[in-house]
Amino acid sequence: MEREQILKDINAIFIDILDNEDIVLTNETTAADVDGWDSLTHIQLVVAFENHFGIRFTTMEIQGWENVGAIVACISSKC
Amino acid sequence: MKDFSQLRKNLKKDFSGFKSLKVAILGDTSTQFLSQAIRGEGFDAELDLQIWEADFNQIEMQVFNSDSEMYAFQPDIIVLFLSSHKLLNKYNKLKVEQQSSLATREIENIEAIVANISSNSTAKIIYYNYNEIDDAVFGSYATKTETSFLYQLRKLNFELMHIANRTTNFYICDLATIQNQVGKANFFHTSVYISTEMVLSLNVLPLVAQKTVDILSVLNGKLKKCVILDLDNTVWGGIIGDDGIENVQIGSLGIGKAFTEFQYWIKKLKNRGIIVAVCSKNTESIAKEPFEKHPDMVLRLEDISVFIANWENKADNIRDIQRILNIGFDSMVFLDDNPFERNLVRENISGITVPELPEDPAEYLEYLYTLNLFETNSFSDEDKERTKLYQIEAQRTVTKQKFTNEDDFLKSLDMISVVASFTKFNIPRVAQLSQRSNQFNLRTVRYTESDIENLAKSNEYATFAFTLEDKFGDNGLIAVVVLKKNSETDLFIESWFMSCRVLKRGMENFMLNTLTAYAKANGFERIIGEYIPTPKNEIVKNHYQNLGFEQENDFWFLPLKAYKERTNYITLKSHE
Repeated sequence: MEREQILKDINAIFIDILDNEDIVLTNETTAADVDGWDSLTHIQLVVAFENHFGIRFTTMEIQGWENVGAIVACISSKC
Repeated sequence: MKDFSQLRKNLKKDFSGFKSLKVAILGDTSTQFLSQAIRGEGFDAELDLQIWEADFNQIEMQVFNSDSEMYAFQPDIIVLFLSSHKLLNKYNKLKVEQQSSLATREIENIEAIVANISSNSTAKIIYYNYNEIDDAVFGSYATKTETSFLYQLRKLNFELMHIANRTTNFYICDLATIQNQVGKANFFHTSVYISTEMVLSLNVLPLVAQKTVDILSVLNGKLKKCVILDLDNTVWGGIIGDDGIENVQIGSLGIGKAFTEFQYWIKKLKNRGIIVAVCSKNTESIAKEPFEKHPDMVLRLEDISVFIANWENKADNIRDIQRILNIGFDSMVFLDDNPFERNLVRENISGITVPELPEDPAEYLEYLYTLNLFETNSFSDEDKERTKLYQIEAQRTVTKQKFTNEDDFLKSLDMISVVASFTKFNIPRVAQLSQRSNQFNLRTVRYTESDIENLAKSNEYATFAFTLEDKFGDNGLIAVVVLKKNSETDLFIESWFMSCRVLKRGMENFMLNTLTAYAKANGFERIIGEYIPTPKNEIVKNHYQNLGFEQENDFWFLPLKAYKERTNYITLKSHE
């Protein structure tokens, strides 16, 4: 799957889960840049990605992402 | 069912006006999401659940100290969630000789918790039982081995039921059943557990929250008391009025099995005090026949408190049932295979629960099991006698009230009918309908497929097949008219039959408009109809009279010159 499309999809998931229409993600976005992206909502996001793309992440993957680009790369490697 | 994000969005909504309950939640794993899910689920049950959450793993500290924050909160309900995971961790640390007493020691601990809560508070306790974890150390042999974890866990679940059975204020929320439904892989999410110390997956949280809130609702007096049943294709397979008692499907063969098992379920509900009522579009005597005479029927007339079978609107009939039983609509469940009837009832009777039964009757029961509709907080001998009481009450009340806004309702349906003459695509269905329609059938002429093919080719006939679709779904081809060109001026209605599923939708008016338009366009001056009575078609005895035809001897005449379009809310969509 194209990385650009993945970024679009996860942007929509961020908007839904964090209930914030204004979120615009780039590959460089980190948790510090997004209001409400904390350790608990992170889990919601992770599960939403899994359900949306029909994939599972390993525990190490979830804990290892530095920014949105890393999430996109990880998803891209699975679908 | 809402997912967890949707439940979380409920948290921002307006809870004012809802009944408020104070709920303390204590767990030995992280309960943050669980608390949110429960409050969110409460919104949909119109409960404003004020939640106090203990820091995790503080159960003993909060319970055994009478000055604790939890008691200061004065909860109405205390939810205790001691997880299977922590139980396993505990087991792992035991010496081998202690393993066989794990359950006993846990039970002692739980009894101490219950005793302490009871002496410090009037709160009711909801205890989550243990979803099964098999550590696979013994394989199936675990079931023969008292020291195995699985043996101890199951023993614990069983003993918990003993506690619940003899302790008034102690209720079990059956987590084990939820895991059975969704499977362990969906119940437990390893990476989420590792990252957050939560043992419930996000996908299962709504189910756990719902099951918890079901108990809270029931403790708060909101429970189902009555199930109202449609008959044809709900209680038995087939249409009794068309197929006859010998052809309805019940018993041990084929799809009949599904209906029989469904009936056993209803019978068990009745035995536990749920009132069973019937609301069916049928002639009463025909609808009652299987209950009286069919050897495979599980349900009998004595199981039914109120039996309504007529051709009136089901919403009106359910209002009658409500008046007879004098219970709230929100305590009623209506089961009907027909999406149209379900929506009519849902839209006109607020509060009633109308499950979206699956299309395949084989799936009715499995689906209904998942809904947990009949949660209760008591069970007594009185429950078993209830049916009889209501039967007597029903005999007293014989009232009918008309549905007030039927036109508005019909308009809102956005009905569309496709009209076509017979084609090779619709011939099989036209033939089938002609074979099966007994009730709404004016002359009961039966056609085979080749008869229909001949009609389609003949210049002496005009043929019409009607479908009906509305915003809720497509009923498919449901009505047929065959017109015979008797002369240059006269059209004779050789056949007019229709599926009873679409009665009272204005279809008759729409059809007659279609026929007259055809007749006028082709220079005819009148349409002639005939009603040939059979034991089953009494419902159309006045069909032509109702449509403005005039009787002469055995025939009905409609002059076209003076014909005024008849009101209906169906849009024509022409075919070909």
